[in-house]
Amino acid sequence: MKPAAFDYVAPSSLEAAVAALAAADGDGKVMAGGQSLMPLLNFRMARPSLIVDLTRIPGLSFIERRADTIAIGALTRHAELEFSELVAKHLPVMAAAMPHVAHLAIRNRGTIGGSLSHADPAAELPMLAVFYDATIRVQGPDGRRDIAAEDFFVSALANCLEPEEIVFEIEFPVLTSHTGWAFEEVARRFGDFALACIAVSLGLREGRIADARVAVMGVADTPRRLREVEASLRGTEGGPDAATKFASAVRACLSPTDDIHVSAEYRKSLIGSLAEKAFATAWARTAGVRP
Amino acid sequence: MKMDIAVTVNGRKYQARVEPRLLLSDFLRDTIGLTGTHVGCEHGVCGACTILVNGDSVRSCLTLAVSADGMDIVTVEGLGTPDQLNALQNEFRDKHGLQCGFCTPGMLMTGMDLLKKYPLASDDEIREGLSGNLCRCTGYQNIVAAIRAAVGLRDGSVR
Repeated sequence: MKPAAFDYVAPSSLEAAVAALAAADGDGKVMAGGQSLMPLLNFRMARPSLIVDLTRIPGLSFIERRADTIAIGALTRHAELEFSELVAKHLPVMAAAMPHVAHLAIRNRGTIGGSLSHADPAAELPMLAVFYDATIRVQGPDGRRDIAAEDFFVSALANCLEPEEIVFEIEFPVLTSHTGWAFEEVARRFGDFALACIAVSLGLREGRIADARVAVMGVADTPRRLREVEASLRGTEGGPDAATKFASAVRACLSPTDDIHVSAEYRKSLIGSLAEKAFATAWARTAGVRP
Repeated sequence: MKMDIAVTVNGRKYQARVEPRLLLSDFLRDTIGLTGTHVGCEHGVCGACTILVNGDSVRSCLTLAVSADGMDIVTVEGLGTPDQLNALQNEFRDKHGLQCGFCTPGMLMTGMDLLKKYPLASDDEIREGLSGNLCRCTGYQNIVAAIRAAVGLRDGSVR
């Protein structure tokens, strides 16, 4: 189908974009790469009166190292993250995840700010934001505020932004003490939204797990960090045999539902299998083994 | 309200006054008459409408014509001519990498970008790269073979 009619502005500053959005009185929609919004417009599931195109705003596309973080501009395209040496070096789980984000033509247009704002529960970037405990920076009519990724995603396709707020930067803490990590995802077709997905990262001290990070997506209405599982790993000896126990712990705190693609039981079984594989890979990496 | 845009398509400059809701795919096909770009699903799943924008593959059905203002576009018409196909088109012909031909423009434009960005060391990698392009004739085998041959030409090894 074709989109319903709308007006279109492409402001050259974030402030002007916020003002345009505020003037639309809740009926405006922000567009960055458009790779989630355009299908909604084409299907007429979204019928905004105004599109505010952010892509003419300078200075919102960058990947830069700060003290212990990597800061990423909201208009940074997925393909730029995929091919970034900074990301590969400091955010290895993101680097591993990026080829799974849709297809090359989508990654060439889609942006991180757009993906986070769209808040698809089976999309990689929202999950990575939760996994890394990223800070999402937004601009509104009254200035700027920081939002923790875990507070940002409210439910499927819903975030905590006010209608006139716009994401302009995301800051990802580097997991400096972590030496082993893994990212596992299964989708119906490579590049499609995940049926289930898990990311694991481990930091060791004196042979024991000192710090763990675990996040999942595709199995709840938002991406979820599994803090209870992380806590249960802390202080344990790890090892390849711990993978099965880890998988049970992951499964135990999730209650996925049936949907058009697969049953809840399948999804629960799948996330367990992925968890087992991910833990084994992450553990092997702590010992310097490259899978 | 209609808006003025100026784009370069296959090296030629075009100016037009378009509605903001006009898709870039429809601009290419209907406004300037380049019907080589095919429109399949119109929601970014089939890949038939893939073009190059500033050198990168892009779904033209997921792009507004107004947001392409000032950009440099290449469509399948810009790759080669019937008398002088480009290297990838040639391999598609040699390997019979098309049946009905509907998906072919998208396969070619995706193939061009894949060849530019990835090693494509294995057929698996080529298949992953093509996962966003559907061939309803299911003729993937020969499409992969054509891209494999183009990788050989790119890397200077003849297979």
